[in-house]
Amino acid sequence: MKIAIASGKGGTGKTTIATNLAVSLLHAGQRVQYLDCDAEEPNGHIFLKPLIDSTEEITVGVPEVDMAKCTGCGKCGRLCQYSAIICLKDKPLVFEQLCHSCGGCMAVCPEGAVIEKQRKIGIAEFGTSNGVYFGHGRLDIGAIQTPAVIKYVKKRIKNDIINIIDAPPGTSCPVIEAIKGSDFVILVTEPTPFGLNDLALAVGMVRELKLPFAVAINRSDIGNDAVLQYCHQENIEVLVQIPNDRKIAENYSRGVMIVEAMPDYKEKFLKLYEDIEKRMKIN
Amino acid sequence: MKEFVVISGKGGTGKTSITAAFASLASNAVLADCDVDAADLHLVLEPKIKQESDFSGGKQASIVVEKCIGCGRCSKMCRFDAIQLNGPGNQIVGKTYTVDPISCEGCKVCVEFCPVDAISFKPAINGKWFISDTRFGPMVHAKLGIAEENSGKLVTLIRKEAKRIAEEQKKDLVVIDGSPGIGCPVIASITGADVVLVVTEPTLSGKHDLERVAQLTSNFGIKTLICINKADVNPEMSRNIANDSEKMGLKVVGKIPYDEAFTKAQIMKATLIEYTGGEIAGIVRALWREVVYALE
Repeated sequence: MKIAIASGKGGTGKTTIATNLAVSLLHAGQRVQYLDCDAEEPNGHIFLKPLIDSTEEITVGVPEVDMAKCTGCGKCGRLCQYSAIICLKDKPLVFEQLCHSCGGCMAVCPEGAVIEKQRKIGIAEFGTSNGVYFGHGRLDIGAIQTPAVIKYVKKRIKNDIINIIDAPPGTSCPVIEAIKGSDFVILVTEPTPFGLNDLALAVGMVRELKLPFAVAINRSDIGNDAVLQYCHQENIEVLVQIPNDRKIAENYSRGVMIVEAMPDYKEKFLKLYEDIEKRMKIN
Repeated sequence: MKEFVVISGKGGTGKTSITAAFASLASNAVLADCDVDAADLHLVLEPKIKQESDFSGGKQASIVVEKCIGCGRCSKMCRFDAIQLNGPGNQIVGKTYTVDPISCEGCKVCVEFCPVDAISFKPAINGKWFISDTRFGPMVHAKLGIAEENSGKLVTLIRKEAKRIAEEQKKDLVVIDGSPGIGCPVIASITGADVVLVVTEPTLSGKHDLERVAQLTSNFGIKTLICINKADVNPEMSRNIANDSEKMGLKVVGKIPYDEAFTKAQIMKATLIEYTGGEIAGIVRALWREVVYALE
């Protein structure tokens, strides 16, 4: 089982829902893995405080030109769509940061002069948090290949347990990489005009990817009821609502999960999981 | 003419509400929303669109069914797993290959190596961008298509247009609403800007994300200011963040308390400055004065 937690708008509570859901399921006797795929700003470790037992470098292939073999034909530069390899005065120049690792320059070079070397773009760390399997990716500062880091972390998905994938905010390539292949997506929002606008964008995204989904509303008593109205009109189920509670916010600020500070909330998260399971059976 | 960008690292700290308030306070600026995959600034500024254009950030491969011989070379060479044998048959083979537009990164490798030239390569429409008028001056903004990429290129385009308009209309400032994270849209938003304001919150997550984004702005050598929003939710953490920022050589130029006025203003489609003249507005005005001072 793979459940992705996503949102259009940032800061709506993806990590809160993902970590609390993981711990609640563990306490109910399930085997759970939490994978933080918000590789630009991963925060799940702040709440789960995992013991890390392996740290792995994440690299992508980038070109290197063997100038002894290069004849300056320019085929590599003409094929590259990202200006990552350009030929000036018959000499190829490589801009590693711009490379998408498509392998085109290496394949097209008639002399075999373009070889692939590895460039580090981030790290992945894996471990456990009191019984929850834990993994996250961290993009290096200044690197841009967020999807490659996410792809690496997702290789750890285990098919026989519950995997909870904490996605990045937004609706573009990193989010798509994080949520694709999921069995169910929870879109977390808040009942404000910004929350509604970005929820509608996220709904467009999951519909385009044809993934089953439902909504969670965080800080449900702020703002107005336009999100509920929207969900009703669009026939989208709201599976859980979490009120705006200063106690939750203060605990969150110190890295304490809701279910630690207020164990009664476990039932709410278990109910969320049961509801997801039911929807999966219907589909 | 100067460029000023509001970013945050962590999402949901209040970037857009604060940018909108600045729109009220800047007397002679062009506004730009560079949070292109979850743009919200227009919800408050209500731009009247004057010019709408398609945005194409790259090209997209597509296999011509009649020409495909089913050899599978494209699929083998594609590093993005974007090509599958699931298309309709033709006069040559029972099944043809197709390109999944969501996975395709427009690298052209399949086009180059198809032995029968069966793959077309045309500009993809990744979104739309707009030049508009608002009650606070001109605004450039965009809408990235659903599940589209190239957000970095779209951000670069918006900044370029905003600068062009600023020069044309003799504006002295471009105020940019950035996106969360540290990846390509953020890098595209801040490269070459004059001053960056990072809006954070007094939580461990906010602190962690601030450290990463501050390292990014420092690598780019951009003057960086810090603002702690909802500072009273955890005063101790606010002090920690202020101390850490100082150690990094960054100045905390504002501490904004939690105030429902932000949400209420949003619902009224008003900036905080339009919504209230209360104490909270005074705090945001003081923050803006610090920004103006840093820009001089």
